Amino acid sequence: MSSEQELEAVIGLEIHVQLSTRTKMFCGCELSFGDRANVHTCPICLAHPGVLPVPNRTAIEYALLIAAALECEVAPRSIFHRKNYFYPDSPKAYQISQYDVPIAGAGRLGDVRIHRAHLEEDAAKMVHVGHHRGRIQGSDDSLVDFNRGGTPLVEIVTEPDLRSGAQVREWGQLLRATIRQLGVSDVNMEEGSLRCDANVSVRPVGSDEFGTKTEMKNMNSFRFIERGIEAEVARQKELIASGGQVVQETLHFDPATGELHSLRSKEEAHDYRYMPEPDLVPVVPTRQMLDAAAAALPELPAERSQRYREELGVSEGAALKLSFDLEWAEFFEGVIAHHPEIEPRAAANWVTGEFAAELRKQGDQALGETVVTPDSLGALVRLVGSKRISHSSAKAVLAEMVADGADPLEVVEERGLEQISDSGELEKIVAQAIDENPAPAEQVRSGNEKAIGALVGAVMKATQGRADGGEVTRLLRRDLGL
Amino acid sequence: MIEREQVLHVARLSRLKLSEEEVAALEHELSSILDHVDRLTEIDVEGVEPTSHVVPLENVLRDDLPRPSLDRDRALEGAPDPHDGAFRVPSPQAEA
Amino acid sequence: MAEHELLAATATETAGLIADGVVSSDECLNAWLDRAAEDRLNGYLWKADRAAAMRGVDPDSGAPGAGVPVAVKDIFCTTGVPTTAGSRILEGYIPPYTSTALSRLSASGMPMIGKTNMDEFAMGSSNENSAYGPVLNPWDHGRVPGGSSGGSAAVVAGRLAPWALGTDTGGSIRQPAALCGIVGLKPTYGAISRYGMIAFASSLDQCGPLTRDVTDAALMLSRLQGRDEMDSTSVGIEGGVELPSAVDLNGLRFGIPADLIGEGLEAGVRKVFEQTTAAIERLGGSIESIALPHSDHGISAYYVLAPAEASTNLARYDGVRYGMRESEDDLVSMYEETRGAGFGPEVKRRIMLGTYALSSGYYEAYYGRAQRVRTMIVRDFDKAFGQVDFVVTPTSPTVAFGLGEKTGDPWTMYLNDLYTVPMSLAGIPAISIPAGTAGPAGGGPELPVGFQIAAPAFAEQSLLEAAFALEREIGFEQEPQEVER
Repeated sequence: MSSEQELEAVIGLEIHVQLSTRTKMFCGCELSFGDRANVHTCPICLAHPGVLPVPNRTAIEYALLIAAALECEVAPRSIFHRKNYFYPDSPKAYQISQYDVPIAGAGRLGDVRIHRAHLEEDAAKMVHVGHHRGRIQGSDDSLVDFNRGGTPLVEIVTEPDLRSGAQVREWGQLLRATIRQLGVSDVNMEEGSLRCDANVSVRPVGSDEFGTKTEMKNMNSFRFIERGIEAEVARQKELIASGGQVVQETLHFDPATGELHSLRSKEEAHDYRYMPEPDLVPVVPTRQMLDAAAAALPELPAERSQRYREELGVSEGAALKLSFDLEWAEFFEGVIAHHPEIEPRAAANWVTGEFAAELRKQGDQALGETVVTPDSLGALVRLVGSKRISHSSAKAVLAEMVADGADPLEVVEERGLEQISDSGELEKIVAQAIDENPAPAEQVRSGNEKAIGALVGAVMKATQGRADGGEVTRLLRRDLGL
Repeated sequence: MIEREQVLHVARLSRLKLSEEEVAALEHELSSILDHVDRLTEIDVEGVEPTSHVVPLENVLRDDLPRPSLDRDRALEGAPDPHDGAFRVPSPQAEA
Repeated sequence: MAEHELLAATATETAGLIADGVVSSDECLNAWLDRAAEDRLNGYLWKADRAAAMRGVDPDSGAPGAGVPVAVKDIFCTTGVPTTAGSRILEGYIPPYTSTALSRLSASGMPMIGKTNMDEFAMGSSNENSAYGPVLNPWDHGRVPGGSSGGSAAVVAGRLAPWALGTDTGGSIRQPAALCGIVGLKPTYGAISRYGMIAFASSLDQCGPLTRDVTDAALMLSRLQGRDEMDSTSVGIEGGVELPSAVDLNGLRFGIPADLIGEGLEAGVRKVFEQTTAAIERLGGSIESIALPHSDHGISAYYVLAPAEASTNLARYDGVRYGMRESEDDLVSMYEETRGAGFGPEVKRRIMLGTYALSSGYYEAYYGRAQRVRTMIVRDFDKAFGQVDFVVTPTSPTVAFGLGEKTGDPWTMYLNDLYTVPMSLAGIPAISIPAGTAGPAGGGPELPVGFQIAAPAFAEQSLLEAAFALEREIGFEQEPQEVER
């Protein structure tokens, strides 16, 4: 391969989503996070002799909902397989998973194609602890906690359609928002309810072939994934540019150091010996199950963002922010529902801009914690829109609203913040400002338009911010002969 | 025919420690069994679906309702090396 | 009533005596606990005391069979009672739960008098693969009782239990029943829950009764069968099961699979088989020749499918959560040494065979092909049942063989299952009834011979009716000779 050729990254993702059912995939133990070790186990999830799995109906329904959201083809009949491997986190020494006939086939989310999505059970958690008696040198102990073992998982596999770490982050956030919207998972990466592996390779731009790929495991935030992938892509490009070859391996990205480590298994290559799970019967989604999934499908982020932009004229940035979080979207929709006369674009900017910033400023409040209602925020936006108060007054009112749930109209009246609407009065103040600030006035007259800022400031000071900035500028320009 | 190397490979996959005598015996016995089993190749199975189930069932599912879990002491009762509320094992060979 | 009368009665008769107040369930239990205590056959791995026998038992259930104690193969998990599946690897294991099958018997008021010996993880046809020593055949202590439910068969035949629960994967109820001269019924796959029954080959395993007569088998089946929400593959028998009462076989057609009845069948067994088909005709049934063209491949398919399933079912015995553990050196050594020391030779052989059949590059050649051959065997039976009502064969090609006689060559041992495996692959019900006796090939006292009748899936009631009528006509009354060696 010539080193001058321009190379592009080719990235595919495998995402594990823990479903937020009440109980495990194949037994009635409750799901939990952070409980004492081994308090959610039973003979089934401890793989005692003689036990049998029975699938959780809700997990199947959730998988169908995910399939619907990702526009996947649903298999008319799918089966479970046993994936055999010995490891202490796998109590049966096989994982019940889906192999050649997954519940969901080809689909799409945004501009990335989905290869498949399938159901399986999560492994138990292992904690490596120190050395103890009797072990050969260098061998430590691990403690196994089976609380997590058997949690239902949906594994989503994309086609290798992604081309950069930044695209992976953006798309990953869209996927997470989409799944969160479905209400089928907590999608919390730090707690492991959403886990992402990436397959990364590079190839000459325009090529249809794939280079040798490396697998990046278990990164616990999309920021780290972005950085990890960028580091790996750079490494591969450099390697190839210097005449080297990429070796297939599994890598771990250390976000603290920015370094990549190879995870080399000392054991022989896996031979999972997949076989159809004889303890389970096929899943054959009925018309009723499919209709129920379709009916339960909410408006998803990608769709909502498009609607906000195209139908409501919301700016792209605000539309994205609102559509990735249902809570914010609902708040925004509440604002415009209570005040149909205000511009949705302005309402969206206020919700995602000043309002979000004020919540952060006052104790980093979550939206769910604020005393501000969509109705009162709408009232504030309306006061600005109708020019009854200025933008800077509005910010002061908002601070009081966030602090104690004050009514915006009352604050405006109490503090006399209403804009000066009497043009005669404003004209007098403008004339006075020109008189009292001869230097900037002269500069403006001689063509330095920027100097008008000082005069606007003087008017605002005199009116305590109650003047409409646009009107003040217009009067100043008129009086200064521009 | 099964070669000694295959016996050792399959024993590793099966996580079975075998003595030298066992390896030798299995080499012979598995070969002999597979000679008989190889008669299956006489049958034309072209186009025949595999049977993994004889029960004509589908969608046998469980409602998402909790059942009682075991007390932790009970869960750990028969464990060879219980420790601190967990099942203790020698660590897997370090992978890093 | 005298104790010997009680011990001579069938389970159904005993239940009648209890219901009528002739004996109390306590007296009955005590009599049988005393008998079990005299186990001279190594039939029991664990024997109950009164309290343990009554654990979970509803003494006032009033159900048919209430009060009649039952011996249970040590493959059924029992809360608080050691359960080994005949394996060293489960030595000392005490399950935290009870199997559905045993729970149903307990709910019907049947005490458990003990756990019976068996081939390790139900793998074997002679009970010589138990980690706890072989079971002796009550007819001749120098011979095997068959397997893998050898302990269950021997304790019933040897009057150490009124009846017993066993499991059958490729013949493990029917063959030992035949070799011990009692009745053994393998129900349709799915008729009885498998929950709590330690898995050997999940798509084939099915539990069932080993009893003195056909009526007892019907009675126990009626209590065991039924859908269980803990087993996705359980169905139950629609309409339940009633005690059989047929007196003839008028109009019923019995098919003999010519392909199967060939070489390897002992002359004495063949003779009893022919006498029994003559008895069928005397009762008004007709005998026809049918084709099961792929059934002689049953053994080959079975010895791929069953070991493959077993290799994954037995992977959980890893020294982590329960059972024995060897070596603390490192994880892989712990696994390998625990499993190397915990499993016996036959279990290792099958794990190896099954792992090989599933391993990369061999799956389609072995497992995939065997599954397709299984489909063809299922179709053969479908076609046969379009022609006849029942398929009949000898249960086993030989009478009970000597201890150690067949342990040298695995395939020779596997051929014991020649007549029982096809029905297992097809998932259909089959019963073995004692049909006469024959001298063994090498000479010696007469030994029992079993006759197998198979029926379409879930046709247990008509199967039991036919077996009941035939049992009366045969009138098998010989008792085990207890020849000591």
